[in-house]
Amino acid sequence: MLATLLRCLILGLAKFITGARAHGEFSFEQHSKPTLYYANHTSHGDFVLLWATLPAHIRQKTRPVAGADYWDKTPLRRFLIHQVFNGVLISREGNTLGENPLAPLFEALNQGDSLIFFPEGTRNLTDANLLPFKSGLYYLTQQHPSLILQPVWITNLNRAMPKGYPLPLPLLCTLNFGPRFCVAPKTSKATTLEFATTALTALQQDIPT
Amino acid sequence: MNQTTLLLFVGLGAFLLLATLIGQFLVWKQGKTAVIDNLNQRIYAWWLMVLVLGVAFAAGKYAVILLFLGISFYALREFLTLLPTRRGDYWALLVAFYLALPLQYFLIAIDWYGLFSIFIPVYVFLLLPILASIGGDTHHFLERTAKVQWGLMIAVYCISSVPALLTLEIAGYEGRNLLLIAWLILVVQLSDVFQYVCGKLLGKHKVAPSLSPSKTLEGLVGGVFLATLVGGALYWITPFSFSEALIIALIVNALGFAGGLVMSAIKRDRGVKDWGAMIQGHGGMLDRIDSVCFAAPVYFHIIRYFWT
Repeated sequence: MLATLLRCLILGLAKFITGARAHGEFSFEQHSKPTLYYANHTSHGDFVLLWATLPAHIRQKTRPVAGADYWDKTPLRRFLIHQVFNGVLISREGNTLGENPLAPLFEALNQGDSLIFFPEGTRNLTDANLLPFKSGLYYLTQQHPSLILQPVWITNLNRAMPKGYPLPLPLLCTLNFGPRFCVAPKTSKATTLEFATTALTALQQDIPT
Repeated sequence: MNQTTLLLFVGLGAFLLLATLIGQFLVWKQGKTAVIDNLNQRIYAWWLMVLVLGVAFAAGKYAVILLFLGISFYALREFLTLLPTRRGDYWALLVAFYLALPLQYFLIAIDWYGLFSIFIPVYVFLLLPILASIGGDTHHFLERTAKVQWGLMIAVYCISSVPALLTLEIAGYEGRNLLLIAWLILVVQLSDVFQYVCGKLLGKHKVAPSLSPSKTLEGLVGGVFLATLVGGALYWITPFSFSEALIIALIVNALGFAGGLVMSAIKRDRGVKDWGAMIQGHGGMLDRIDSVCFAAPVYFHIIRYFWT
């Protein structure tokens, strides 16, 4: 009950402050198969905003992937990520005794859930547009050959929610959805990651500075 | 809402109904073309504008103030989204959105002319660069500070001059100040429509090709002329005489046109066509009200000086 209320409040506020809208060529009609929404990562609010722009019936089956090191730290964060956001936590601190860190993701996909995933692995606080992708995205496509990949470029959220400041600023953010694709089985790691990177960076809107 | 206001809105409704019928007739007769589609979208946007204004008018003074607070919020958000700032501007932006914007409208609501007329141009003007310098980032310092100051002046200060009209006390015109707003918005927005129509029908000579390729001399002259006539014809809803209404209409229309040019220049510099995408096919809030921004403060001060 509290979680549902909080979810509505956070989603409503995120949409109101950033005026977030989904742009681009996409239709949510065929999203019955598990889909991996992957995006650039510049702010803690990224997954909330992406989640907020999805239609409600798709959002219910879409779970954000988040770092356990951050979200498991305090009871409040645990409550938020598990109860409010229905997230999937992964360990980013290397292998703990050979256990596959991606195992929780495989499990979620096997249940038929979709995921929101940031292949850079960490927030990009540099001047570069995108950090090199970690190999997680590649392993997910190999384990799930039918996985649909949906690139989403998020613009301006790092201005609306700059790191280290208390309140978000009301600046317009856009989420640009690109064409979806699947990765053929046995595609090499380098090819997969390069293709996924190109598909994502192609969605940047050129606003001259 | 008094009788004159009601009459005005009934008249507007009738006009829009007629326009809607003509628009639908054109679709039925000629099918959907880009021009007809655009026409119908504009009629739809007018319905929306009249409806929102009508509801606010019916609800009274505070509803009108809240409505323009909302308009300012949307306009400021569009303005500052398009003009990039840096991390060092965080506190200045925070003050702009969460302090200057609501406080300006609060001062209007409590009718404190002495402060709302100088709050942003003096106090906030000085505060913003102070906050920006605390940010410690000197890169493009003056430019960044000016962006936030400009955003507040255009999107908050200028737009807030519209509800500020409600604070004016004009002898013999008590309780009818909402009509001052209706007259201004109607005349300035009609000027935009007439300029568009005259430009499409007669336009040959471009007035400012490097700023706005769609603006023509014929459109400008025809649009301002027609809207000025409408402003004069509607003198009975204002405290002005017929000739005074004509002069004031000419002034606000000229300012409205100039405002459109200035805002185009900024958009052009940023390499975009519209400020935002609020209403489908209509750009953003600032695209709709750029002319009102420039006309409203001068209109306010003309009335304040000569009529109160």
